[in-house]
Amino acid sequence: MMPGADHAEQGPPQQQRTADGNGAQERAGYWGLPEDDPEDLYENAPCGYLSTRMDGRIVKANRTLLDWLGRSHDEVVGRMRFADLLTVGGKIYHETHFAPLVHLQHEVSGIALELRTADGTRLPVLVTSVVKTDSSGQPQLIRTTVNSARDRRAYEAELLRSREKAELEREHSQRLVSTLQQTLVPPALASPRGMEVTAHYHVASPDEVSGDFYDLFPLGKDAWGLFVGDVCGKGAPAAVLTSLARYTLRAAAVYNPDPVAVLTNLNTVLNTADHEHDPRFCTVLFGVLKPEDDGFAITLASGGHPDALLLRHSGSAEYIPTPGGQLIGVLAAPDVATTSVHLSPGDTLLLYTDGLTEAHTASDSGDRYGDEALLGYADVLAPCTASDVVSAITQLLDAFGEGLVDDTAVLALGVPARN
Amino acid sequence: MDVLSRNNVVITGRGDGPVLMLANGFGCDQNMWRLVTPELARHFKIVQFDHVGTGQSDVSAWSEERYSALDAYAEDILEICHELDLGPLVLVGHSVSAVFAVLAAAWEPGLFEKLILLTPSPRYIDDAGYRGGFSAEDIDELLESLDSNYLGWSESLAPVVMGNPERPELAEELSNSFCRIDPAIARVFARATFLSDNRADLGRVSVPTRVIDVAQDVIAPREVGQFVHESIPGSELVTLDAVGHCPQLSAPAATTEAIAGFAARDG
Repeated sequence: MMPGADHAEQGPPQQQRTADGNGAQERAGYWGLPEDDPEDLYENAPCGYLSTRMDGRIVKANRTLLDWLGRSHDEVVGRMRFADLLTVGGKIYHETHFAPLVHLQHEVSGIALELRTADGTRLPVLVTSVVKTDSSGQPQLIRTTVNSARDRRAYEAELLRSREKAELEREHSQRLVSTLQQTLVPPALASPRGMEVTAHYHVASPDEVSGDFYDLFPLGKDAWGLFVGDVCGKGAPAAVLTSLARYTLRAAAVYNPDPVAVLTNLNTVLNTADHEHDPRFCTVLFGVLKPEDDGFAITLASGGHPDALLLRHSGSAEYIPTPGGQLIGVLAAPDVATTSVHLSPGDTLLLYTDGLTEAHTASDSGDRYGDEALLGYADVLAPCTASDVVSAITQLLDAFGEGLVDDTAVLALGVPARN
Repeated sequence: MDVLSRNNVVITGRGDGPVLMLANGFGCDQNMWRLVTPELARHFKIVQFDHVGTGQSDVSAWSEERYSALDAYAEDILEICHELDLGPLVLVGHSVSAVFAVLAAAWEPGLFEKLILLTPSPRYIDDAGYRGGFSAEDIDELLESLDSNYLGWSESLAPVVMGNPERPELAEELSNSFCRIDPAIARVFARATFLSDNRADLGRVSVPTRVIDVAQDVIAPREVGQFVHESIPGSELVTLDAVGHCPQLSAPAATTEAIAGFAARDG
């Protein structure tokens, strides 16, 4: 019956099961359907059947499989091993993974492999192998079913292509976001002589533009304007609003550098713009810096922004409160609170956006970092130079990890200590 | 993480026996030795481990930068030997681990009493005057199939294994995991393995060596076994009448005998 083959597996399987149990066979008989011929069921099954010895030599193969391979019974049975039917990648997988699994577990299912047909084409298949043992448990044969997986492979290839495309698009989008973000912060800050200025922009998500901004720029002779702010929302609308706020602040400051006037002008611009469907407001701290005695005088105006933090040369830290300042862009005439402070040698003023204090701390879920903790942190740091305080805050932001949900801008102005 | 946890080092066998270290090759993990260890354990103290990135090793210790060259795996073997400090041992390297064994023994011969190289191959691709068993195109096809996530390599298509009442010794967690490998790691491992050329390293081995090859092995044909034997000074060659690249599974009794017969022999 099988020239050249061992007599290991004789004849087709004798037993068949129907999907819904024995009752189905009776019903089939009742309805007069022809009984399926076991020989024909094996040879022309909708999947390939294969039996091999434990060493992989093929002792039986059905017609379906031989047709797929384009090979005759005598070419395959008794002559070839299962691995011989596979592509090189499949051969190596077979030898290093598949065969070990079959030997150790006696069953391996649903493995994707490729058959190499007689004319050299590749046929993607899914393979399941089960070891048949004798009554004493000794392995006798490996029975294998081979299902064509051409459609499934095409589907997988499509998924793979989609994933690659999505990854490319994501990279592209992240490049756009980071480029856009860079345009929203100044490339370099114009430090006044006798003052050390350091800034840092901490990105919480590479996928989304956030609306934090800051700047420091000359306002004629011996005066500088500076601001730190945060617009509502994220993404493209926030980027548009940030850009509008930054350029309005600079232009308004040149026209009239009085801090209250600057924020009032910004409010007018934001408030008169059409924002019915697109709320436009921000918090902002605007300051004017002038040399004074052995340091600098700074006047700050706040529109609902977190208070600046002063790290004194004496070794303590304190907030510079501007109570009552209201959000810019919401009301027709918001209250703008102002305050003045003198920066002596060794003093450093820290301005920041609320991403810092609103970060979720790792220890207690739900808890925010908060103003008190920041003050305590600064109190330990003081006295501290502008670059040191920014690097300390950067480390703190890094330490928040996933807890940091919003971008954070930090701007530090320090008067170097006298030796 | 310490070296022994990193490589999931497991010590079994006879406490006062000579030390036999078993290093598995490409694919699966130390369970590849499962059918030969019961007999070997009666005579030897057996040290087994998983290469970083496979089996129960510490996958976080894996990096593409370090493990894209075979040297890293040989260095890991040396680290394990130093950490265990069991004296000179017999190192059995299967498949690509035979190359790790050759490198380790060339660097620090004092650590090894003997080498046993099971189905070794120093070079898989045919070359002038050398038959490695694969053409450059074959290996390109293999690497391409890995890059495409095709074939069995895809993690999500990793074998689903049913309970096996006839083989209760195979614990479920074992059967579900021991041949799995992250496709990204498999790609780097395959590239390092199948593109390597360690023929020149064979001549640097100075410890007594037995080469064991198999009558029919599509990955390391008999010419390769002969080449390894001829290139390692004073080595001996044993050919098992078996089929497949993993004779410790397809012919466990003959493999056990070939290992034990050399490892236990004086001198």
